[in-house]
Amino acid sequence: MTMTAPDKKSKRSNPPKSNRSTSKADRTYDAIVIGGGHNGLVNGAYLAKSGLRTLILERRHLVGGAAITEELRPGFWFTTFSYALSLLRPDIIHDLELVKHGFMPLLMSSRFAPDGQGDYLLFGQDHAQNLKEIARHSKHDADAYDQYGHDMDRVCQAIKPLLDTVPPDIFSDDPEELLALAGIGARLRKLDKRVLHNAVRLLTGSAADFLDDYFDSELLKGYLASSSIIGTKVGPRSQGSGLVLLYHSLGEHDGEFGSWAFHKGGNGGFTQVLARAAQSFGAEILLESPVEAVITKDGQATGVALADGTEYHAGTVISALDPRRTFLELVDPSELPDDLVEHIRRFRFQGTSSKVNFALDGLPDYPGLGPKPDHFRGFTNIGPSMDYLERAFDDAKYGWYSQRPYIDMAVQSTIDPDMAPPGKHVLSCFIQYTPYKLRESDWDTEKENLGDTVQRTLESFFPGFGDLVLQREVVTPLHIERTVGLSEGNIFAGEFIAPQMFFFRPAPGWSQYRTPIEGYYQCGSGTHPGGCVMGAPGKLAASQIIKDRAKTRPRARA
Amino acid sequence: MIRTTPLHERTNALNETQLWSHWSGHLAANRYQMSDKLEYFAVRNAAGIFDSSPLYKYRITGKDAESFLAGVLARDIRACVPGQAQYTCWLDDRGFVIEDGVILHTARNEYLLTSAEANLAYFEDRIGRNDARIEEVSHDIGTLALQGPRSRDLLRKLVPQMGSIPYFGLARGEIGGAAVTVSRTGYTGDLGYEIWMESPDALHVWDALWDSVEGHGVLPFGLAALYMLRIEAGLLLLDADFDSSRYAWNDAHRSSPIELGWSWMFKDLNGDDRAFIGRKALQREIAEKTSRWTMRGLVVDWRDYDRVYGDAGLIPPKDHTPIVEDWMVYDDDYKRVGYATSFMYSPMLQRHIAIARVRPDFAAVGTKVNLEFTVDHHYEQVAAHVARLPLYNPQRKTV
Ligand SMILES: Cc1cc2nc3c(=O)[nH]c(=O)nc-3n(C[C@H](O)[C@H](O)[C@H](O)COP(=O)(O)OP(=O)(O)OC[C@H]3O[C@@H](n4cnc5c(N)ncnc54)[C@H](O)[C@@H]3O)c2cc1C
Repeated sequence: MTMTAPDKKSKRSNPPKSNRSTSKADRTYDAIVIGGGHNGLVNGAYLAKSGLRTLILERRHLVGGAAITEELRPGFWFTTFSYALSLLRPDIIHDLELVKHGFMPLLMSSRFAPDGQGDYLLFGQDHAQNLKEIARHSKHDADAYDQYGHDMDRVCQAIKPLLDTVPPDIFSDDPEELLALAGIGARLRKLDKRVLHNAVRLLTGSAADFLDDYFDSELLKGYLASSSIIGTKVGPRSQGSGLVLLYHSLGEHDGEFGSWAFHKGGNGGFTQVLARAAQSFGAEILLESPVEAVITKDGQATGVALADGTEYHAGTVISALDPRRTFLELVDPSELPDDLVEHIRRFRFQGTSSKVNFALDGLPDYPGLGPKPDHFRGFTNIGPSMDYLERAFDDAKYGWYSQRPYIDMAVQSTIDPDMAPPGKHVLSCFIQYTPYKLRESDWDTEKENLGDTVQRTLESFFPGFGDLVLQREVVTPLHIERTVGLSEGNIFAGEFIAPQMFFFRPAPGWSQYRTPIEGYYQCGSGTHPGGCVMGAPGKLAASQIIKDRAKTRPRARA
Repeated sequence: MIRTTPLHERTNALNETQLWSHWSGHLAANRYQMSDKLEYFAVRNAAGIFDSSPLYKYRITGKDAESFLAGVLARDIRACVPGQAQYTCWLDDRGFVIEDGVILHTARNEYLLTSAEANLAYFEDRIGRNDARIEEVSHDIGTLALQGPRSRDLLRKLVPQMGSIPYFGLARGEIGGAAVTVSRTGYTGDLGYEIWMESPDALHVWDALWDSVEGHGVLPFGLAALYMLRIEAGLLLLDADFDSSRYAWNDAHRSSPIELGWSWMFKDLNGDDRAFIGRKALQREIAEKTSRWTMRGLVVDWRDYDRVYGDAGLIPPKDHTPIVEDWMVYDDDYKRVGYATSFMYSPMLQRHIAIARVRPDFAAVGTKVNLEFTVDHHYEQVAAHVARLPLYNPQRKTV
């Protein structure tokens, strides 16, 4: 498996590919996790830590799923998909002793938003200086910025506990569930009126409406609104974009809401850390082991069958894949209640994001700032106004990809020099909008055209950009789906829209990581709280499994 | 006018913040850019360059240099052969620490001793009948540190044979056309080197080094980042974690080397017949186990920390800025069992950590104690556990 960039010596160490030849007894475990994405790894690590003999089966030649780093050109390490870290739940870092295994979230010290006309917003680590920077564009906004930050932080503080909570089952009469529900109600009632109202505005409304209340500067609003569209088929003026904005503000890297980091070696470096942690607790990881089906007997999961026919057995089977695969592919839908199947069929994926990654001969040159690393030590936001973002969305509404796309750039080699040879760089570009279903073409046809569109857009911001390109990798929703398995290339394993969140993720009545099949669980990003490299689904599912086993075991013994 | 270091022309041009501290009468950069945390990560993930020229430096020469030093320094200098460096300390005759420092054995009968404060009179007055001389060369010698995982490879590019300097070893060579001594020492707890050169050569050395590190993610770092690094590395700071016994008003402000965690310096004390200052008291302390404290790291229980702030409706602060002051350490019965002297949130360890001294009966690794914080203007206790120093100790530091 691919190791993190710096650790080149042991590039291909770790998990054996398979132990398929061994006896049936050797293929019996307490728990089998299907999928070695970060949630599968977190889930497997917690289960192994609790003492279960745990097997994690990964289809590909490396773990990490959407969070991998690959050396696509000698010395150049690409974060093929996911590229930055923020939402990872802090308890996972400690519970799984990740620091011991190499966890290293590097500081992103700048945030850069060029307007493409020679001006820009450049944020650094000095708060007062950042306010002066905003004041260059609007004195009013410089003051409003702190109020906005404070209001957002308060909403985040209020909502945050939900990220670490199994959603109560609102359809159950179980006193425990009612109590949990009452607990959430009580917490909401204690909130300040303004905080609660802001939370509702964000959870239901548009980012534009929210931001317009604070700010005048188009550049600043474009920059802030960009977080409201990531991974989701909404524009900043769509109702529902507020929820996406809030979600992306909930990370608390190093104790700061909305702060992001680059993990050493990219997000693939992070999932390698997770794999080492899982193994240290005794979990086994098998690569190149695609699961074809979950084996059931009398409504109870008993194991899994690989595509090559090998079977592994366990009373607990966990799918770390998305809901479509969990309910419609790994098991026979006829084993499931109709309403669940219907809900999953209606579950919206409609991926709209792509990646275009570059190996560069040097740093891009923004007129006036020059090819220096200082303003590239963090995200560079190509989304200079709300109009720009909304127009980019317009293309997608009608089944085409943005001709002037939104781009979230990250030159990771400025932060982690191990990602590219000295003087060279890797540039990760997250692109929107690129709808999975194109009106009159398909992604195999349009792939390189998308690459050209992105490169053209970058050229307009950074003249001479094209001359720096040594290599380009285009990753469309179709390629995300094919490579990682995320249906329709949705980066979160299911859209972030209110009817698909919390109590309803992935389906009403099935938000507690269980499934109608006894012993069969779900822990992918299609469960609460959702996507991003956060690990919460994997962790919360493990807590349910451990709880369920504690309930059933004494009975079995009796 | 405050002095500047021999590297000032370069460090000044790089210091975007123009924030300076006064360090031993010199301007020393606090940080070069807006973020000390960025400089800190450069050291932990690539390499950083630090101007440590303000250190006091003494050259000790003469036929009896060794026997002189063997009598005034507490650690056995005779074990430090030419081409080696040693971390040492000197004591008063009651066995309390005056100061600590690194000494380089640069040649036969020639040493270079560094210290944080002036010690010329102290040492000169104790030469006695030894054929030894001590001269202060603080201004004659410039020092710059190259610290971090990439430092070895970068140094090797400049002087190939320097890649093999062992931990606390020395080598001589040429950088930028100037003669330098390089020691594998530093104050970051990481793989790293210090380069010593004649002051007039300092800029040439800097320029050669600076050109060679381009593209490697190397940053100059200031005192703010250094102070973060040294806490993780468990390296004590004078006037922060201990005071010089020379200027202490009472014994509460004095520490023995054992209390500071330096008993490893005296492993061979029985086989060593030196009559060094403080020896008797030190031996008595070891034999009678009268040490009052044990130097330890504390690692704060993050769940308890978050709970205490969360209960107050606050976002738990995770600030990497070191705080140097007394933090009380209690047992579960609210009895004081120690105090912490340096505290920070460590981004590498993802925990709040402290350098603390605890009563010897609380020194076992893993012992639960409580560290006192002020939350909402009243005292709160947060669980922490006792850990061995250094809290951050990468293998590359010594291998
Ligand atoms: C392009 C892109 C950019 C993103 N950027 C960010 C970002 O910067 N920051 C962030 O926090 N989040 C980001 N995300 C979102 C985040 O990466 C994902 O939400 C998250 O990684 C999903 O993790 P998971 O473990 O739930 O699922 P996955 O990562 O999808 O893992 C599922 C795993 O199961 C394996 N698998 C599939 N089928 C089978 C089978 N039949 N048998 C065995 N194994 C199987 C897959 O190979 C995969 O390894 C991004 C996502 C994408 C796609």
